[in-house]
Amino acid sequence: MANGAVTQTQHIPYLAQKGLKSWILTTDHKRIGILYLITISFFFMIAGLTALGMRYELMTPELDFFRTATEYNVAFTIHGSLMVFFFIVPGIAASFGNFLIPLMIGARDVAFPRINLLSFWIYLVGTAILLFALAQPADTGWTFYTPYSIQTGTKVIMITLGVFVLGFSSILTGMNFIVTIHKLRAPGMTWSRLPLFIWASYATAILQLLATPVVGITLLLLIAERAFDIGFFDPAKGGDPILFQNFFWFYSHPAVYIMVIPAFGIISEIIPVFARKPIFGYKAIAYSSFAIAIISFFVWLHHMFVSGISETAAAIFSFLTMLVAIPTAVKVFNWTATLYKGSIDFHSSMLYALSFIVLFTVGGLTGVYLGALAVDVHLHDTYFIVAHMHYVMIGGTVMGFFGALHFWYQKWFGKVFNELVAKAAWFLIFVGFNVTFFPQFFMGYQGMPRRYATYPEEYISYHALSTYGSWILGLGILIMTVNLLIPLWKKGRPESSNPYGSLSLEWQVPSPPPHENFDEIPTVTDWTYAYGKK
Amino acid sequence: MSTHNHTEEHHTGLRVYVAVCLALFVLTVVTVYIAKFDFGDFNIVVAMFIASIKASIVALYFMHLKFEDKLTWIYALYPLFLLFLLIGFTLMETFTRVPVIK
Repeated sequence: MANGAVTQTQHIPYLAQKGLKSWILTTDHKRIGILYLITISFFFMIAGLTALGMRYELMTPELDFFRTATEYNVAFTIHGSLMVFFFIVPGIAASFGNFLIPLMIGARDVAFPRINLLSFWIYLVGTAILLFALAQPADTGWTFYTPYSIQTGTKVIMITLGVFVLGFSSILTGMNFIVTIHKLRAPGMTWSRLPLFIWASYATAILQLLATPVVGITLLLLIAERAFDIGFFDPAKGGDPILFQNFFWFYSHPAVYIMVIPAFGIISEIIPVFARKPIFGYKAIAYSSFAIAIISFFVWLHHMFVSGISETAAAIFSFLTMLVAIPTAVKVFNWTATLYKGSIDFHSSMLYALSFIVLFTVGGLTGVYLGALAVDVHLHDTYFIVAHMHYVMIGGTVMGFFGALHFWYQKWFGKVFNELVAKAAWFLIFVGFNVTFFPQFFMGYQGMPRRYATYPEEYISYHALSTYGSWILGLGILIMTVNLLIPLWKKGRPESSNPYGSLSLEWQVPSPPPHENFDEIPTVTDWTYAYGKK
Repeated sequence: MSTHNHTEEHHTGLRVYVAVCLALFVLTVVTVYIAKFDFGDFNIVVAMFIASIKASIVALYFMHLKFEDKLTWIYALYPLFLLFLLIGFTLMETFTRVPVIK
């Protein structure tokens, strides 16, 4: 047992306290984690339904579901903005980060519990502004590119203001996690014993803290440009529309890793537990999170290869982009090596973890294609990009998120879901996802551009297949959601507080954990992944 | 383990704060005064140089960075590196563009 020093006498779970006030004014990291989980899941559902609407529109080449092309543009702006800024960026980091970090490092809470609550409320203010903005939606896509975002008659300022406010939530959360990990680790929880989810959360927090201000300022410049006609991005006034893209992607490429690095951490937690083996290459996985975080600041220009940038800069950034594949591949190879000769239990969370490895590898490798200059010129702004992005975001982050939901469900809620239904839902999600997005690689390669409501007849079979896949995917997610929601209204507790035999600290406390987690701060005496060792 | 390297007693008394405050006032006056002179392309460089000195002494004394541990210094300086990276690469890209329309 890695953490045999954990003792518990009080068993009043953190969920025991009832009433609205106990939630909206809570400073308990676990409850704040739940608040984030509920909010991000709500936005995930809304954004997902919007995607289903878009896919339904694309069943036929003509415009039939939406009344105008602008309505379709509004739909993908809502889909992209909600998914990126309201679900996937705060996503795992805020929900599971809040729930797990103090538990995993042996602390009673985060370093600044009140700032933690403030982060959540700022997040809610941002979402409120965005919901208001949805009544008068923008049609720029989630990237708000100039000059279109300056010229369009739709309400760009409100939606960018919402995103600007959200940034503060991200910064405060990142700062809180960095201080927590530095200052509140239990005795014996050295850096070399830290769970890999903590390493991943730390790397993510650095990105949240240092990259987010750049997009905040960029969106303020955009608002100033629209409101006061200053000319930052208008060539007629001495500005440069490409400048916006430079600023935007300087944040938004590292933001891709804010989205996916926490999922790397989750996979590193799930695989050794269900392979019953120590994680292979612990230090390599830990350090690779930092390598990704650092390199991610050096690659942003690869989003702009066809925007008229200089060929010299494009060639340099093409090379730099290839570098980020190295630490990412280090992780994939180490997870695979951990599975080798393992005693594998195909628990639903493990199925999501294995899906992650397969799907993220597809997403990552197609990213290498897109990093190559000549290939990118052909594939840019086609459905190949849409497929690549979704293989990384859904195949990577969302699969990690679903895996985490199933893995820590008992710990978080003290309930048990139906494992058979969970596996059936996983199967539908895995199949539905691939049927939806794999054909998009082909139609993108054949020239189908993204962000169009209508298209030539020749793409109809790919689009129809993709739409059928989205229905399977939607059904799978619906079944998974119902399967995870039903037990919450049933009485009863899990038989064991550590049903999977994990050595990590959070599994050594009751399910659900008590308020403040530990009676006494535990002393850690062994490595978190010492499976199979006596 | 979580060591507490932070210097508990900052070496900043009221005199230092007053001196820093005066320095900020003086540098503001210098900024306004120097705006009367035309340095051509270096106008912005001169103004930013003075502003950087002001920001540095605020960070060092008012925000106590001078008395913080190495880790805090890393977190304070790394964003400057990122700023350098952003400005440097963006300028490099701009200056190496080949004009399409002549």
